[in-house]
Amino acid sequence: MTNRIIACGALGLLAGALAGCGPKIKPTDQGIRDKVLLVTVGAKTEDLDPHVVTGVPEHHVIAALTEGLVAEDPVDLHPVPGTAEKWEVSADGTVYTFHLRENAKWTNGDPVTANDFVQSFKRILTPALASKYAYMLFVMKGAEEYSLGKLNDFSQVGAKALDERTLEITLNSPTPYFLALLNHYTWFPVHIPTIEKHDGMIRRGSGWTQPENFVSNGAFRLKSWQLGRKIVVEKNPHYWDVATTKLNEIHFYPVELETTQENMFRGGQLHNIYNLHTDKIATYKKDHPDELRIKPHLASYFYRFNVTRKPCDDVRVRKALAMALDRDSITKNVTKGERMPALFFTPPGVNGYTARARIEENVEKARQLLAEAGYPDGKGFPPLELLYNTTEGHRIIAEAIQQMWKKNLNIDIKLENQEWKVYLDRQREMDYQVSRAGWTGDYPDPNTFLDMWTSWSQQNQTGWAKPEYDALIRKAATTQNTEARLEVFQQAEEILMEELPILPIYIYTRVYALHPAVKNWHANVLDHHPWKHVDLEAKAAE
Amino acid sequence: MLKFILRRILETIPVLLCVAAMTFFMCRLAPGGPFDDDKQVTPEVRELLDKQFNLDQPLYRQFIDYVVNLPSLQSFKNPSHTVGGIISEKFPVSAKLGFFAISIALGLGVLFGVIASLRPNTYIDYIPSSLAMIGICLPTFVMGPLLILVFSLQLDWFPPTGWGGFNYDQFFAADMVLPSLTLGLFYAAYISRLTRGGMLDILTQDYIRTARAKGASGLRVILRHALRGGLLPVISFMGPAVAGLIAGSFVIEKIFAIPGLGQEFVNSVFNRDYTLVLGVVMFYATLIILLNLIVDILQVVLNPKLKFD
Repeated sequence: MTNRIIACGALGLLAGALAGCGPKIKPTDQGIRDKVLLVTVGAKTEDLDPHVVTGVPEHHVIAALTEGLVAEDPVDLHPVPGTAEKWEVSADGTVYTFHLRENAKWTNGDPVTANDFVQSFKRILTPALASKYAYMLFVMKGAEEYSLGKLNDFSQVGAKALDERTLEITLNSPTPYFLALLNHYTWFPVHIPTIEKHDGMIRRGSGWTQPENFVSNGAFRLKSWQLGRKIVVEKNPHYWDVATTKLNEIHFYPVELETTQENMFRGGQLHNIYNLHTDKIATYKKDHPDELRIKPHLASYFYRFNVTRKPCDDVRVRKALAMALDRDSITKNVTKGERMPALFFTPPGVNGYTARARIEENVEKARQLLAEAGYPDGKGFPPLELLYNTTEGHRIIAEAIQQMWKKNLNIDIKLENQEWKVYLDRQREMDYQVSRAGWTGDYPDPNTFLDMWTSWSQQNQTGWAKPEYDALIRKAATTQNTEARLEVFQQAEEILMEELPILPIYIYTRVYALHPAVKNWHANVLDHHPWKHVDLEAKAAE
Repeated sequence: MLKFILRRILETIPVLLCVAAMTFFMCRLAPGGPFDDDKQVTPEVRELLDKQFNLDQPLYRQFIDYVVNLPSLQSFKNPSHTVGGIISEKFPVSAKLGFFAISIALGLGVLFGVIASLRPNTYIDYIPSSLAMIGICLPTFVMGPLLILVFSLQLDWFPPTGWGGFNYDQFFAADMVLPSLTLGLFYAAYISRLTRGGMLDILTQDYIRTARAKGASGLRVILRHALRGGLLPVISFMGPAVAGLIAGSFVIEKIFAIPGLGQEFVNSVFNRDYTLVLGVVMFYATLIILLNLIVDILQVVLNPKLKFD
């Protein structure tokens, strides 16, 4: 018996060794030949229902499968015609009329109609569905009331199908980023008859997202979905712009570990590394500069202060803590990856906005402020705990900050790491003093960063509220003139940087690697890559 | 023997119920819930979500519902999939990896262990024993990347990750070698230590001397007489070890990007995916109980001193 097992094992190994040897073609090279892109977008895709999901991996897959009213330019993401071939905006900027193209089709051949959009908006706003991201539609008239159940008649909501191919959307106020917002998957159309057939109008996981049932309208259609293994999408022949689509298939692999992503990339199994480990940056700069990409990202890394608890209830303490950091040193020596030290909250260059407010890094002043708050040279400073979710990257930053505060202000803080869900729970319950946080913009506009500090925002979680600030964010929403609107945001951010309910640390970069054969993959702050333009090209013969 | 098996199966029912209750209530006591996310939702939406997933029912009701309908319950994290669906999709992958690893572990482990035990305290003993010691000391998260570095990225013999060429339906593919080896070698090290110990005990027994005196060949004495007793410690070890191996190894699955049950097990806890946690725990518990039963039967078969009561 034992002998037999040994024999089996040895045979298995031998067979494996033989299968592994000999000439063979790498999956990536085969992919280039067949125009099949092999990518990872990090974590596992939870679902493909755009009204239910909330994550970034889901965005990448759904963007391949579905198209909204407008599409994105592959280079700078400015809105270009999508399912709608043209649109008009009313003089006051609140009414948009979209004209859908005649040849826009679902993967089952049905035409995409204005009513499909209206019904899709209705579905995501239906209270019983409890969509976590329904608030993305709240710029539309009556949407918020409908989703809260205060309004029962959907015809009162600002989405109307004027005819088969004309859609009118009425907004609460002129929203300059509205067209960009339309590229968020919450605004994407879903095929209502399919969902109804599977009883999924107000239910998650009804089976309509399974490959045999899925109907969509994008450049690709769903070929297979094996949970946690891979999702395969193939070129959709019914797509109106199928002539533009370059790739035959895209395979999305869930690979969470950065080191595994790199092994797969090096081993010819993937055309990209979604996140390159920062320790590898130097090696890639030296050996593979043509593959490495480091690009600014629309995301901020910061700490929240709980302003309802001592000692961070005192603005002088918060200021002292914010001033006593050396952010340059943190981004150069700790985080690496060319992140930008942040003396403000909103990542610069968003829709023409770069914050003018600046935190002054000044240790002398910080000490003085701390003394004014009653803690000269850190004496008598109450115990302070910094909460972060258990991750190596957050730990080393927290330790660096702990050290800077000790050195510059002579105060001791305690670091406390918690598992993700516990950390979220404590932040939500405001059971913390200082807490690590990050925010990725939902759309390229300062509003996505600044409206979260209003008194009514669920994302605030600091206990800080200021009527002047709330008023400015409200004012920005109704200001039609672009310059004037950005000025209102400037004032808001100045208040934020004066009051400092948060401690900005750095602006994220995306550090990744891409196979040289991948074409039309442009870097942009949202990290969107409209898939129909992406191509694979073998290097010309040498 | 039948009575013994029947009694043992009946005994598992209260054990499983206890496991279910403990898992369920511990999950619920842990802070945070399935709907906590870095983008927080309004209390209204949270309430509606609770309603949709029946979290608004009293706890005991939910518990009964979970126990009765477990396989057909929706996963919180992947609502398009049921608990039973996820387990039946992922378990075969883990089981196959486990099977290959066990084959390697038993093959190499027993062989090395027996060799070492035949000439104790000589080089024939020292070399396999020190190799085994190294194997135990090298955790899989070191061994895995090392093997990838050497055999994939340097020598290019095997793909660095994957399972069945990413097709998942081939019985054997080159990419299964490294994960099976990583997992197998670790257990092989343990098994060789256990075999060596067990064999050393047995080889000094009277009945071995009798067998030799009868004129049985050296190989026959080892295979027929000594191994039977010498492997008993290995067999007790294998029960839970096999359960662990075929139910999936989180570390190996992560390193090699293998879509097995081990990842679901760990991630479901982090995600507070209440239904899936319970499903995987119950599945794992049943597996352990079953394998322990088999081990107990095997021990009686192999050890004439034991009886079924």
